[in-house]
Order: sequence, then structure tokens, then C-alpha cells
Amino acid sequence: MRWMWIDRVIAFEPRKRLVAVKNVSLAEEHLHQHFGPEGDLPACPVMPSSLILEGMAQTAGILVGSVHDFREKVVLAKVASAVFERDVNPGETIRYDATLERMDEMGASTVGIVERYSFVDNAWAPVGRIELMFSHLDQNRAGTEFPEENFVFGENFRTLLEGAGLRKAGVGPR
Amino acid sequence: MAKSRADIEADVKDVLVDALGVDEDDVVPTATLKGDLGAESIDYLDIVFRLEKKFSTPEKPFKIAQGELFPENLMTDPSLVENGKVTAKGLALLKEKVPHVSLGDFANDPQVTKLSGLFTVKSLCDFVERKI
Repeated sequence: MRWMWIDRVIAFEPRKRLVAVKNVSLAEEHLHQHFGPEGDLPACPVMPSSLILEGMAQTAGILVGSVHDFREKVVLAKVASAVFERDVNPGETIRYDATLERMDEMGASTVGIVERYSFVDNAWAPVGRIELMFSHLDQNRAGTEFPEENFVFGENFRTLLEGAGLRKAGVGPR
Repeated sequence: MAKSRADIEADVKDVLVDALGVDEDDVVPTATLKGDLGAESIDYLDIVFRLEKKFSTPEKPFKIAQGELFPENLMTDPSLVENGKVTAKGLALLKEKVPHVSLGDFANDPQVTKLSGLFTVKSLCDFVERKI
């Protein structure tokens, strides 16, 4: 599946919180360039923080979309803050814990905690904190119109929600 | 205990520094949100959410209705905006709905694109002071 940066939703509290995980694998091609060997320096595969941010945006985006049964086109509008304090390496698991802070007709704000599990340390450790703003695309201030079809929550999201068992519970695009 | 004007100004400054990533020294009463502080469309929603959080207390929630602080509906309603200019009806509505904004000589050339230039740090403080 293309451009999915979470593997599974593991907890869901409607209108409140959604938790997802991603397993970081050395089979992911981007890790070979981030960072590849250079001169005498060996390769140093590190999950790019921009993609960690995307993972949080997907986690929080599902949470925001679920409030109106995925009828709204929810798009990431602003990274209000993103602070990272620790790298994530192949063989580790990332956990995205997103909480809905505030929501109205125009959009929503979320706060997310990122942690990683290391099988070397056998412990979860903090990676970062990400605050995001989402916009309901059809409620934009400029009044611009977009296609009726909800292109934000497409097939990938259906599969993801299915895998997490959430579709059976009635969560997901109709 | 009620907040003083100085407290409100300090809290509004915190909100704008966090929401817009601007330098504290740039947040002066006359600074416009768009022109001077670089606010973009989603920032207005961010500012609304942050003001609500900042000024809410367990006893009294500070809830801002849609269009109460920033009159979004003026942008699209054809009876309020004609040929890119705010109509007389629109101006009357502005005076009524957003008394925290000083219209100045906007009425002489009421281009809707200039509307966002009317929102200053002072107008946010005035809004909070009236509402709190």
C-alpha cells in the first residue's frame, strides 16, 4: 500500500483518542538513503522525522474524520509544533497516541505523543510531541469547491480500519 | 478574579507567539494579524482554539462561536459582498457583529481583501475584554 505510515490502529475512543503503531523495517527503501554510507562513514538508517510527522497526521486524521463518519474531507492544514528528542531505528516500533483537543465546523486541533519501543532496551521511550491543525476542506474560508467524492479517506484507509477491527465496530467510510 | 487589561494583553501575546511563531517583540497593539504577523487562513482557527483554551476557567468556559471573532461568512455571502466590495448591509453587519474591530476609513473603500487588515492585536484584546 502506498503512502501509509501506520500499520495498525490499536486503540480508539470515539471523539477523544486514537492510537496506532508502525513497525520500522530495514526493507523500507527510504532508510537506505536516510542515511546511506558516505566516505568513511557507515550507513546510519534513521526514520525521517518528516515521515514520523506524516504517521501522526494519519493517526490524528482518522480520529478527526471519524467524528463525522468520514463525510468531511479532512486535510492537514498546519503543523503547530513538532518536537523530536530521540531517533527511531529499524527493528523498532513507533506508537502514535493522538488526542482530539478541539473541533468545530471548520476544522480540528490535535495533540500527539510519539514513542518508540526498543527490543534492545525492552522499553518504550519518548520520541516527540506533535500538535496539528486539520481543516474540513469543504468548509474552507475562501469558499473554494472540491470534488464531491471523498478522496481523503480512500481504499487504503478502509483496509487499515478493517485490519484494526474498527470497521466491524461500525467505524469507517460508508 | 477578573483579568486586568495588562493580563489579557500578555495572554493574547502568548497565544499569537505560539500560533504564528512570531517574535514576542513583534506583537504590538497596532500589528495586523495578516500583514504584520503573517497569519494565513488556518491560523485564524488556531488562534480561536488557543484563545478558548487560554481564557477558559473551570467555572466559565470561554467559547467562541464560528464567525464571532473573524467574520468568515462575509467572504462568500453575495448580499454582503458585491464585486469584491463589502455592501452597505455588510458594513452594518460588521459594525454589529465585530464591534472589537475598528473600521476606521475602511467604509470609504470597503474592499473585502482589505478586511483582514483590520484585525490587529488590539482588536483581539478588545474582543477578549468584552467577552470575558
